[in-house]
Amino acid sequence: MSEYEAVIGLEVHAELKTKTKIFCSCPTTFGGAPNTHVCPICLGLPGTLPVFNKKVLEYAVKAGLALNCSINSYSKFDRKNYYYPDLAKNFQTSQYDLPIAKDGYLDIEVAGQTKRIRINRVHMEEDAGKLVHSGDTISSSSSSLVDYNRAGVPLIEIVSEPDLSSPEEAKAYMELLKSVLEYTGVSDCKMEEGSLRCDANISIRPKGSTKLGTKTEIKNMNSFKALQKALEYEIGRQIQVIEEGGRIIQETRSWDEALGITVSMRSKEEAHDYRYFPEPDLAPILIDEEWLETIKKSIPELPQARKKRLVEDLGLPSYDAEVITSSKSLADFFDAAVKEYSDAKTVANWVMGELLRLLNANNQSIDETLIRPENLAELLKLIDKGTISGKIAKQVFEEMFTTGKTPDTIIKEQGLIQISDESAILTIVDQVIEANPKSVEDVKNGKEKAIGFLVGQVMKATKGKANPGLVNKLLRDRLI
Amino acid sequence: MQLYEKTAYELRELLLKKEISAVELTNSFIERIESVEQDVGSYVTLTKDKALEKAKQVDEKIARGEELPPLAGIPMGLKDNISTLGVRTTCSSKMLENYIPPYDATVVEKLDEAEAVMLGKLNMDEFAMGSSTETSYFGPTKNPWDIRAVPGGSSGGPAAAVAAGEAVFALGSDTGGSIRQPASFCGVVGLKPTYGLVSRYGLLAYASSLDQIGTFTKDVTDCALVLQQIAGYDPKDSTSVSKEVPNYLDVLKKDIKGLRIGVPKELFAAGLSQDVEKAVKEAIAKYEELGATVEEMSMPHAMYALPVYYVIGPAECSSNFARFDGVRYGYRNKDAEDLVSMYIKTRSEGFGAEVKRRIMVGTYVLSSGCYEAYYLKALKVRTLIKQDYERAFENYDLLLTPTTTSIAFKFGEKTDNLISMYLNDVCTVTANLAGVPAISIPCGFSKGLPIGLQLIAKPFAESTLLSAAYAFESCTDYHQKRPQLGGK
Repeated sequence: MSEYEAVIGLEVHAELKTKTKIFCSCPTTFGGAPNTHVCPICLGLPGTLPVFNKKVLEYAVKAGLALNCSINSYSKFDRKNYYYPDLAKNFQTSQYDLPIAKDGYLDIEVAGQTKRIRINRVHMEEDAGKLVHSGDTISSSSSSLVDYNRAGVPLIEIVSEPDLSSPEEAKAYMELLKSVLEYTGVSDCKMEEGSLRCDANISIRPKGSTKLGTKTEIKNMNSFKALQKALEYEIGRQIQVIEEGGRIIQETRSWDEALGITVSMRSKEEAHDYRYFPEPDLAPILIDEEWLETIKKSIPELPQARKKRLVEDLGLPSYDAEVITSSKSLADFFDAAVKEYSDAKTVANWVMGELLRLLNANNQSIDETLIRPENLAELLKLIDKGTISGKIAKQVFEEMFTTGKTPDTIIKEQGLIQISDESAILTIVDQVIEANPKSVEDVKNGKEKAIGFLVGQVMKATKGKANPGLVNKLLRDRLI
Repeated sequence: MQLYEKTAYELRELLLKKEISAVELTNSFIERIESVEQDVGSYVTLTKDKALEKAKQVDEKIARGEELPPLAGIPMGLKDNISTLGVRTTCSSKMLENYIPPYDATVVEKLDEAEAVMLGKLNMDEFAMGSSTETSYFGPTKNPWDIRAVPGGSSGGPAAAVAAGEAVFALGSDTGGSIRQPASFCGVVGLKPTYGLVSRYGLLAYASSLDQIGTFTKDVTDCALVLQQIAGYDPKDSTSVSKEVPNYLDVLKKDIKGLRIGVPKELFAAGLSQDVEKAVKEAIAKYEELGATVEEMSMPHAMYALPVYYVIGPAECSSNFARFDGVRYGYRNKDAEDLVSMYIKTRSEGFGAEVKRRIMVGTYVLSSGCYEAYYLKALKVRTLIKQDYERAFENYDLLLTPTTTSIAFKFGEKTDNLISMYLNDVCTVTANLAGVPAISIPCGFSKGLPIGLQLIAKPFAESTLLSAAYAFESCTDYHQKRPQLGGK
């Protein structure tokens, strides 16, 4: 295996989360009964004309800038001609030789090493509809129906240079790309709903060689895991073909998730000649410098810069910063909490521990959570003040997660305020001492462990509300 | 004079004076259609009930004393490539024989607001490809002046209907001459406006960068009247231009003294028949009499216009027509067993020969390896032709040419010789490539068939075109002649 290295380039499609489609005013909402989000324009009825949704341009430019691209001041749409029933006009309005953005990059980190992955281009295009087959697969179906709800949903296609050398790098690039797109707010990037899709071009060559081998294109990888597994499989397959004296055929292959293999879809000879030409129904796109400046200013801090800030300014360990900045919403939650409670590491522990645990357990996303960051901060302050113990705090946090109530309310409603009144605790301490003569004896004989048991008994009697530090001190005062 | 011989503004007077009702007017046109349609064959679909319903509404408006929109109650027809909600729109093709659109073209909405009465949909060459209506799936339309002659094309139906008194006016489309050539053959006024002046939304596209909706009328005043109603920016058409529309009727009578007219020598090329040459020279003399200066000049790239057109037009159509695949609407072969055979059989059977020929040419010129040699080169020459016009309009207000090289030819005369059929567009096609406005007006007769004069102006100078056309019309009577149809 080690004699070969892989050369991988990714073509990523991301649906832009504009309210309406790219060339008409139909909604872009996912799902809906078949053919209910359609009009004469996205159905491509004869005589209709496209009108470009300016929000799409804004989002595409934003994405281009966030991916360190230069923006073409003059760009245009072209028609990509091919026949398929999910394509109502039998051509896709896309961009060919003058894409909206070009020459960008992303710096990925794999095993502690930073590597720059160049981005060739970002272009805008319309999505196609969806075929619904009567059977499980296209070949076992007696008929197919078409749902055009997705037809005309705006997409950007992001094409990387073949700078990726392993499935791990490909996955890291894809994850970073996803988080950059999420950060800029241009796409939901939901792979399971198909709003983020990825194709890979892959070839292998002897390590150290600069010559490119024959590539194959892999389609139908619907998760990060699928991407990595498909590339691993394909590298293995190509090595085997070459080692057995064969040669790689330039072709398009599809990842079969169930079988865990790639299978041939069509060869280069069957490849389409798309007959691109300029879309005559749309005017060229001219970018106004002033407008471009306002878009530049609207781009938020991106994941890598944010991670750096969390490490350098807030002193978080690199791992913590990585986890927290992997999602913009999570990082926003963290930042908002830190604003109210300045011990960043403690906030990080709660966010990465309790919060992520509860989100996972309840299959929720951070955007859906009822907990407000300022309420987490308040909870932490209550611990510091001694109003509640750390243990009770976890209980309160779960309640906050379920109900969205403030910690204050929960503590009052459930009577969870920590008992720090010496005389009140002393009464219970004396009761515990009386009830546990054996342990008392052990303590007096120098068995340190036994004191823990006695503390536990006091806490149990107070339903966890006694201040554990104070209990400890009072027990020691009495017994030692 | 019969009602069907009158112009829109004359009929409007009668309606306003309550000498006739809109229903009577519409009925008189229905009668006229019933009487001459078997000879002329202008209509693909008649919408009598809808027409009478609309006319009734106009009469109610008149009865209530409400103000009447400019085209209220005026019977008209639409070329059958203009989308009409609920009324089949066939492009005179088997492919769309039963296609009923769920929406109205913008021009249809505008005419509806102007309360015009649509009588039906008019015949054309299949998908607007042809110069004689001989490629229509529903059979040819005949020239009302001589039913052995073609009416021209592709808008042969609209031209013949207006000439024969089967509609007061009509809308057509012009991609390489498809309004002006039939207007010339049928002796009516045909205007192809500037690209972008009239919305194309709802025009079933042939070649998107060349197509333009325009008018057929009996005279220049009606032309201004109808253009006024359909011109203007449409947010649904990104290629329509946001520009204030002038009042065309106000400028009609503008004096043309001092108008500078150029006559491109290349468009007086070989092949011009003597009768046409004579009529156009007389028209030139007339313009000089009216105080215009007329000079011969050169359009050096005009000779490349036809080959450029027959690359760009087919290229765009090959893509525009891809949607006719039997999946969603229109003709579908029922015996196909898989997707590809459905595509092939549907398109082989649904399209006529000329349409298939142009789709194949267009697919070829866009294919990899041919793109640079054909399509890209054609785009470059198109730019040169545009520049010819820009230079010409530095020195001239208008260009003057014959609309066609000959009077209407006989059926079958050119169907076997495609090149000579294509040459019909030689005088008209440059205006489409450059996007400039052009008008054809009657300027004489030969062997009982009309001759057309073409005037071309710079973009959005329809006012200049109309005033020059009106000046000529005012001192000639060709536009007042009406064909004598047998009738019943």
